[in-house]
Amino acid sequence: MNGKKWNSAGLKGWLYLLPAMVFLGGFMVYPLIDVFVYSFEEGYHSASQTYFGIGLYNYSYILHDPYFLQAVKNTFLLVVITVPLSTGIALVISVGLNSIRAFRDLFQTLYFLPYVTNTLAVGLVFMILFQKTAYTDGFINLIITWFGGESVDFIGGPYWAKMFVLCFYTIWVVMPFKILILTSALASVNQDYYKAARIDGTSKWRIFTRITLPMISPMVYYLIITGFIGAFKAYSDVVALFGTDLNAAGMNTIVGYVYDMLYGNSGGYPSYASAAAIILFMIVLTITCLNLLSSGKHVYH
Amino acid sequence: MKIVLKNLTKKFPSRDRKKREEVVAVNDFTFEIPDGSLVGLLGPSGCGKSTTLNLISGLERPTEGRIFFGDDDVTDLPAENRGIGLVFQNYALYPHLTVRQNILFPLENLKGKEKLSREQMAGKAREAACLVQIEELMDRRPGELSGGQQQRVAIARALVKRPKVLLLDEPLSNLDARLRLQTREEIRRIQRETGITTIFVTHDQEEAMSISDLIVVMKEGEVQQIGRPQEVYDSPSNLFVAKFLGTPPVNVFYGRIGDGKLYIGLEAVMEIGEGKDQEVFAAVRPEGFALQEDGPFTCRLKGREVMGRDVSVLCANDASLNPTVRCIVRAEDKVDLGSAEVRFSLIPGKVLLFDRETGQRVDFEVM
Repeated sequence: MNGKKWNSAGLKGWLYLLPAMVFLGGFMVYPLIDVFVYSFEEGYHSASQTYFGIGLYNYSYILHDPYFLQAVKNTFLLVVITVPLSTGIALVISVGLNSIRAFRDLFQTLYFLPYVTNTLAVGLVFMILFQKTAYTDGFINLIITWFGGESVDFIGGPYWAKMFVLCFYTIWVVMPFKILILTSALASVNQDYYKAARIDGTSKWRIFTRITLPMISPMVYYLIITGFIGAFKAYSDVVALFGTDLNAAGMNTIVGYVYDMLYGNSGGYPSYASAAAIILFMIVLTITCLNLLSSGKHVYH
Repeated sequence: MKIVLKNLTKKFPSRDRKKREEVVAVNDFTFEIPDGSLVGLLGPSGCGKSTTLNLISGLERPTEGRIFFGDDDVTDLPAENRGIGLVFQNYALYPHLTVRQNILFPLENLKGKEKLSREQMAGKAREAACLVQIEELMDRRPGELSGGQQQRVAIARALVKRPKVLLLDEPLSNLDARLRLQTREEIRRIQRETGITTIFVTHDQEEAMSISDLIVVMKEGEVQQIGRPQEVYDSPSNLFVAKFLGTPPVNVFYGRIGDGKLYIGLEAVMEIGEGKDQEVFAAVRPEGFALQEDGPFTCRLKGREVMGRDVSVLCANDASLNPTVRCIVRAEDKVDLGSAEVRFSLIPGKVLLFDRETGQRVDFEVM
């Protein structure tokens, strides 16, 4: 009798889940499987829906494609540089914001502004700031030369300069969200902990490392994980800075490569695009799993 | 360590921005806490008792007045240099640290000459844990402990540096009734064993009365009365103190002194000595009623309440401020629940008179 009861309750549960499952299944799980299948179909043609055979050729092709390897290198550099830096800087700014009284609202608004600004518009501003043309060195170069430095073309110049602009821009764009999350996490820490620490004569640094940081660690980890995922999927930021011909600029990302393979000038190869997408998926999955595994050791819930 | 508060005043800016007036949380406090005593700051919420505690701890700075620990003026000393231990109402144990790490935390902060070796720290932590009897819980986290255990850990953490003064903010308010009784004995024991001057804040008069050497009754930022618990209970200085102490609370009647007699309503209930004729509040403790068939004080009988040891007679009187007058009588006294009236005589030591205007105590002779 109990079994029957459970069954009807279970059935009801599944029924409640049905609408969400239909949509998730139709628009997430199915495409994912489909992409997985495409990635093994050699020479798939979307108009005629035909392919020559099944195998690992697509993977082999893109792994030998210098453009793809460049894109992987760019993406990894971007991730490794921007995620720790942006999280660290956001933490410093949030702690600062949390400890001031005057103008806190003003600063909070200012720091949040990039979040509500359009990526492409901001990209345009960055280009104007950093680009060196035949007519002008640009604002940043003006400052560099004013301090006695050599002017650099950040948009069309050497690789390190372009990477610098991209990282700078990415950090600047993701910062507001991180600051928002961290300031609210900091505000929710019970003030009594700080009072108790004060009475015990705890130094500021020790309060930060032993109390504040453990208390907000779940949020910090959340930001690191979403930061990794976001940076691996970078595309629009790169387009905003370097235009759509990213392979020529040597600044392509994995997502950019996927797009180019589908619709770019050299496009029309959904199989290659699928293989690249699956590789990206695997990378993100692995990194996220590693993150979650390591979080058990360091995060207090 | 003796603690002296001199003209201590704390004003807070008004929360309402439109109003400029300040809120006076603590108004002109002057009193002395003898060395090694356990003192209860007692009052209803908003009376300034927690602010007083914060001023003594150094978490708040007084607007005016001075604080002395022994002969040292500590008014301008920051909290960490005052040598105090503070137990928070919610205990404020660091949830990500084990009990041991929590207790060690204050010791690890010590710098320079005071710095201790690992062994010394562990020894002190063990000592503090023994004192509050939590040795077997050292490796757990606060989340895995009951409220009473957390309280003990908080006390151990406050005591581990051997403070000169121990402050407890509403130490029993987060515990259930049974634990409360047990914990207040525990606080008393720990205080006796260590001999540390201890001040605790409470709104529960029973708590304060039961364990304090001295209680300070407060209302709206002002001290109403300071004294030994029994003293304050037996001779409250004003009507507020009389009403605040004692459960069940005192019964208050509109009364009048005339011709050496106390009148409640139209009845002359007691002979009192020569005195000024005046309007008064007559406050009678629940235990101040004695059933007597031809007694001078008549009430309408409403019912009876048996609470184990005590039997309460509930009645009503037109001169009473409260709709119900509660009288505790001996269990063996029979009350005829069928009758409409019940008559009492009043026990003189349990009757208190207060000026109708000022609320101050009016002394009278017991005849």
